Formats: sequence, structure tokens, C-alpha cells
Amino acid sequence: MDLGIKKRTQINRIVLYFFLSMGALVYLFPLFWMISTSLKTLPQIAKFPPIWMPRPMVWKNYIDALTFLPFHLFARNTLIIAIFYIAGNLLSATFVAYGFARLRFPGRDILFIILISTMMIPMIVRLIPLFLMFKRLGWINTFYPLTVPEFFGNPFFIFLVRQFYRNIPFDISDSARIDGCSEMGIWYKIMLPLSKPVVAAVIIFAFQRVWNDFLAPLIYLNKTEMKTLSLGLQALTGGTGEAVELYNLLMAACTTFVLPMIIIFIFAQKYFMRGVIMTGIKG
Amino acid sequence: MKVIKHTETAVIPRKSRHISMTGKEALWGYIFISPWIAGLLAFSALPILSAIFYGLTRYDIFSPPVWIGLKNYKKMFSDDPLFWKSLYNTAYFVSISVPLRLLIAFTLAMLLNSKIKGLALFRSFFYLPMVVPIVATAILSSWILQPRIGILNYCLRLLKLPAIQWMVTEMWSKPAIILVSLWRIGETMIIFLAGLQGIPTQLYEAADIDGATQRSKLFRITIPMLTPAILFNLVINIIHSFQVFAFAFIMTNGGPLNSSLFYVLYIYRQGFWFFHMGYASGLATVLFLIILIFTILVFRSSESWVYYEAEKR
Repeated sequence: MDLGIKKRTQINRIVLYFFLSMGALVYLFPLFWMISTSLKTLPQIAKFPPIWMPRPMVWKNYIDALTFLPFHLFARNTLIIAIFYIAGNLLSATFVAYGFARLRFPGRDILFIILISTMMIPMIVRLIPLFLMFKRLGWINTFYPLTVPEFFGNPFFIFLVRQFYRNIPFDISDSARIDGCSEMGIWYKIMLPLSKPVVAAVIIFAFQRVWNDFLAPLIYLNKTEMKTLSLGLQALTGGTGEAVELYNLLMAACTTFVLPMIIIFIFAQKYFMRGVIMTGIKG
Repeated sequence: MKVIKHTETAVIPRKSRHISMTGKEALWGYIFISPWIAGLLAFSALPILSAIFYGLTRYDIFSPPVWIGLKNYKKMFSDDPLFWKSLYNTAYFVSISVPLRLLIAFTLAMLLNSKIKGLALFRSFFYLPMVVPIVATAILSSWILQPRIGILNYCLRLLKLPAIQWMVTEMWSKPAIILVSLWRIGETMIIFLAGLQGIPTQLYEAADIDGATQRSKLFRITIPMLTPAILFNLVINIIHSFQVFAFAFIMTNGGPLNSSLFYVLYIYRQGFWFFHMGYASGLATVLFLIILIFTILVFRSSESWVYYEAEKR
């Protein structure tokens, strides 16, 4: 009897591993295929049966792909946007979250519900009026439309920091208040130094958003020298994916674009998981 | 008795101190949230109101908007086949992609919710596509789905299945994009997994004692306890899927014959190709209403199927 149960759990485990491995294979294969294609010559990519790993590897594809368009400019632009996007969100999210998490004032809970519901507003509804507004300000083909609004707080990051601040013991700020510390002082001298984990999460998520963003840069940036990596990569396809057959070069550019995110993910996995779970709990 | 008295005396002076500083505290509260209030007004409230206003005008950017009342909406509903086409395409995408995404994410979360070695690694594997930027995902997908030399059709032929004309025929352009959307289910899966891990094990132990089958445990314990996570994932996935844009923009550019012209792509074309800002704003307003109605309907219906633990609130 005992042996039977043991055997059964062992079989269950093997079945489970089998399904998980099959699933992982399906989900990881595209990334493997991207890298593999990026190292092939043009005739090699259309070969049947397929060549899983080319020999020799054509590293020159990377140079060709990344010099075909000024990708160094795209990378620089993306990083500049990322720096200001991150700075704006760090400043505004920690500041606004302090109000929502640590202070009591009439209407706070309703305002917080409004904050959460604004996360659900489809971006496209705001996009056309925002475009017209920024156009009137002369901000088209500048990075301002992509960075300035972040200094006023992004609901997602405010929410993230607020949840973190709620869990810091209130005694700490109470005793500082008794010692005559102002609210500004408590935020700056007490809360900020304690915020390292959530600051790391905000930096990572903000960076991912900038790296990933496509529709907003597409609308605000149309001069080549102002484009981001997302736009540059899309431009490399010649506008539509159907026309270009130089998939080895395209895959080389994609790999270069994807790699930084994968490296960040490997080292900061727990922040990704925790951030996702935190946003899920609110529902 | 003594203990109670002690806390009472400790609390009273604190409370009175708080009463005296409530006004000051509230003032500081408003100061701290003021950047967000300003941002809310400037970058959310004003744009939404403007979108409603522009929707009632003819506006080509180059000359000032001209008030035309409900003409944009009249045109949309009675004289614009592409409006209906894009709405149909989007409804097609949402109604197939969202259930499949939830099903796959749920299945993976169930598989991952067990005590075996290497679990964290598998979890990362399934999450990994989420960190691949959307443009890279679209380009990579159009390579894998390439009808003539793509690897997916090669695999299909290997399995003696007919190759599929992904992306290039009216029939297969939407399924191709649905297929790609199924690759990015990491967040949905993680939220299901967190929900599963939050189910008290005593429930299953009690069920085991009563001799419950796996099937009845799934339908009587797991799924009811998971309904809050299902609700959250359903709402988020519906909202996101209605706004599908980049895949179609890059993989098919709405084609062939507008078979993958999704709603947001159509708004983009009206606004930024033809500079019909008024008409595009009208389209955006309609999408906003559609998403709002869906969200409200889901939340309304949730009262009858979402289970919240009594002590939770």
C-alpha cells in the first residue's frame, strides 16, 4: 500500500516534469530561434531541414544590422528618456505615496480609488488630445511628452510605493513628529532611506516600460535622430514586417534589443514577481 | 481590567494630540498628493474631456476645430464600414485571446503550484517572454510564422499537418496575432500562482478526510477560492486586449484587406495618417465607453461569482 502511493506520486512527478518541460520548450524556443537565426547567413536561414546552430557563427550580422540605422543614437535617446522617466517617477511616487500612506485627510480613500481606476483608462483615449496639447507647446520631436508627465506621478508607481509605506511602523514617524520633525523632514530623512527595496522595484519597472514603449514614441518622435530603440527596430523592418526578408539581420537587432532586459530579469527576478503580485492583490 | 485601563490612559492623550493636529496633518496630506492631482487634471481629466469635445468637431490640425455636432458619430455608425470591420476584428481578438490566455495561464499556474525541484526556474521560463519588448516580439513572431520559410510551418509539415498561411490571408491574420498574444501570459500566470498559494492547505486536508476526488477539489475549492484572481486577470486582460496595436501594426499592418485592422490601429490611421483628429477622437471616445461598459459588466457580474472570505473586509 505504502509502496503503491510512493510509486504513484513518483509517476505524478514525472508526468508533471514532462508537461512543464514541454511548456518551457514552447515558451523558450522563440528566443533560441531568434539567437540562432541572428548568427546565420542569408541562404542558411531558409534551409530545410533547419540548421539549429550555424557553424561558423556569423557575428558580422550584428555589425551590419546595428550600423544600417544609427542605433547608437537610438540607444542614447532611449537611455536619456529612461533616466528622466525613472527620476520623475522616483521623486513623484515616493512623495505622493507618503501622503496616501502616512497622512489622514478628508477624501483620501476616494482619491485613492480614483488613482487606482485611472490605471484602467485606455491610453488611446488620452493620446490624441495629449498629442495636440504637446504639439501646441512645441514638444513634438522632444523627449518632454515622454518624461515631463512622469514628474506628476504615475498611478502604478504611486500604488507600489504606497503599499510599501503602509507596512513601515507608524511609531517611527510618530516619534519623529514629537521630536519636532516636519512632514517634509519625515518623508526625506526617514521614509526615503527606508525605501531601498521599493525604489529598486520602481527603477526596474520604469526602465522596462521605457524600453518596451512603442505607441507613445511613435506619435511624439518622428525625426530619425530622436527615435528610440523600439522605433529604430520597427524602422528596420521597412515599416511593415512583410516586405523585408533579411531576417538574420532583423534577429541580430532584436537579440541586441532583448538582451539587456533578459540580463536585468535574471538578476532582479524577485522584483518582477513581487511587483506583479502586489498589483494583483489590490483587485 | 488593569490592562484595559492602562491602554485607555495611554491612548487618550495621543488622541487629543491628533485632534489638535488633524488640520495640519490634512493640509500636509493635500500638499503631498498635489503633484498627482495636478497631473490627473492636466494629463488625464483634461485630455478625456478634450477627446469628447474634439469628437464633436472636424479638426485637421492645420485649421482650428469646427463644431459639427454628432456628425462624426453618425458617420461612424451608418457610413463607415471600416469602423465596423475594426470593431469586429477587435471583438474577435478579445473573445478568443482572453479566454485562451486565462486558460493557459491557469493551467501553467496549477502545474507550478506543487512542491518539486526547479519550480522557480520553470516559473522564470514562462515569465521570460514578458520582458521581451513588444516590437521585438512582433518581429520575432513574423519570422517564426513566416508562411514559406518560417519554423512553425516547418514543424507542422513535419507532423504531416498542412502549412498555414499565417498573416498573409484574411482567414489567418487574426489567429496569427492571437497566437503571439498567448506567448505573453507571464503576469496573468504569476497572479494565478499567488492566488493558488494563498489557498489554505487545511481546506484540501479536510477535503481529503472527506474522501473528495481531485475533480471535486478543483471545482469546489481551487476555482472558488481563486475567483478574486480570476476577476482581476479577466478585467486586466480585457482592457489590454481591446487596445491591441503593436502586433498588428508591425506584423500585418492591418492587412490583408483590413482583416487585422484592429480598433486602435484604425484610430491611429484616422488620427496620424489622415489627420482626422476630430473623427479619431470620436472613435477613441467610443472605445473608452465600450471598455468602461465591459469593465462595469464584469464587476457587476462578479458579485454573483467571486468569493471573498468573510473576514477579509
